[in-house]
Amino acid sequence: MKGMTLIVKTVTRLTLGLIMLFGFYIFMHGHVSHGVGFAGGVIIALGFIHLMLAYGKKYAAAKIGEKQAYLLKNSGLLILLAISAAGFMYGKGFLGNFLGNGKPFELFSAGIMLLFNTAICAVVAGCLYLVFITLVEFKIKK
Amino acid sequence: MLSIDLLLIFMIIAAILALQLKDLLSSVISIGFVGLGLSICFLLLKAPDLAIVQLVVEILVLIILIRMTVTHDGVIRHKNDKFLSVAAAVFTALFMIICYHALKYMPEFGSPLMKTSSVYLAKGFPATGASNIVSSIALGFRAYDSLAEIIVIFTAVIAVLAIMRNTGRRN
Repeated sequence: MKGMTLIVKTVTRLTLGLIMLFGFYIFMHGHVSHGVGFAGGVIIALGFIHLMLAYGKKYAAAKIGEKQAYLLKNSGLLILLAISAAGFMYGKGFLGNFLGNGKPFELFSAGIMLLFNTAICAVVAGCLYLVFITLVEFKIKK
Repeated sequence: MLSIDLLLIFMIIAAILALQLKDLLSSVISIGFVGLGLSICFLLLKAPDLAIVQLVVEILVLIILIRMTVTHDGVIRHKNDKFLSVAAAVFTALFMIICYHALKYMPEFGSPLMKTSSVYLAKGFPATGASNIVSSIALGFRAYDSLAEIIVIFTAVIAVLAIMRNTGRRN
């Protein structure tokens, strides 16, 4: 897969940071305003796909390739399970809220929700980007 | 609710077009119209969380489908199998009949049963500390659901990788 024209590349260079920032906003403020970890993860995966469509396979693979996507997905799920199991240590049981509720309407409030959303976002971003990489990289017919 | 009805009519027209059009790219674009219309419907029914997810996922699916149709990778033409089409028709008819009988017991649209949801609405904010009520339900009261949902995505992607790796890399 080759890259696109200079116009597309320039627009991508200007907008990719904003797309990533929006994704981060969506998943980090999931417990305060609208948005959840799933949507944030999909937006970040779309940012990676945007990079690959505009600049081509080689350039995108050097920035974030298959190995990094695997790392993102696997570490996200491990963190998710670790957060879930950490409730046992505080005597709250599986998926228990061990951090306390905190002050409402603040970023670091509502207990484990921020951590949970972050882990969900990592898993979803890694998984969906990996599907796209697989479609680009592997043959479909024999 | 007139706007939702109009949108639904347009979505049904687009869905029929997607089935009937000969050109694959046009049919993919009409599928995209259905999904984006659904996103606006969610927004009009005051569910912005769902609207964000629907919009974003629809765009991702459109990108993947357009790439598949443009490169003619995933186009697999089967022979017309009469048994399959008859079986599909029978199962669709059975499903519709069961749905008709099941939906008679559902509460009417716009007047839900408030058995568990009234507890969630009353205790959602004090119990979890999240000001977004959707998050307090999805990640607080029903965190098991979210965990299982993520595990489902993970498993699905592993299955996709296992199938795709069978054919080998492109040169």
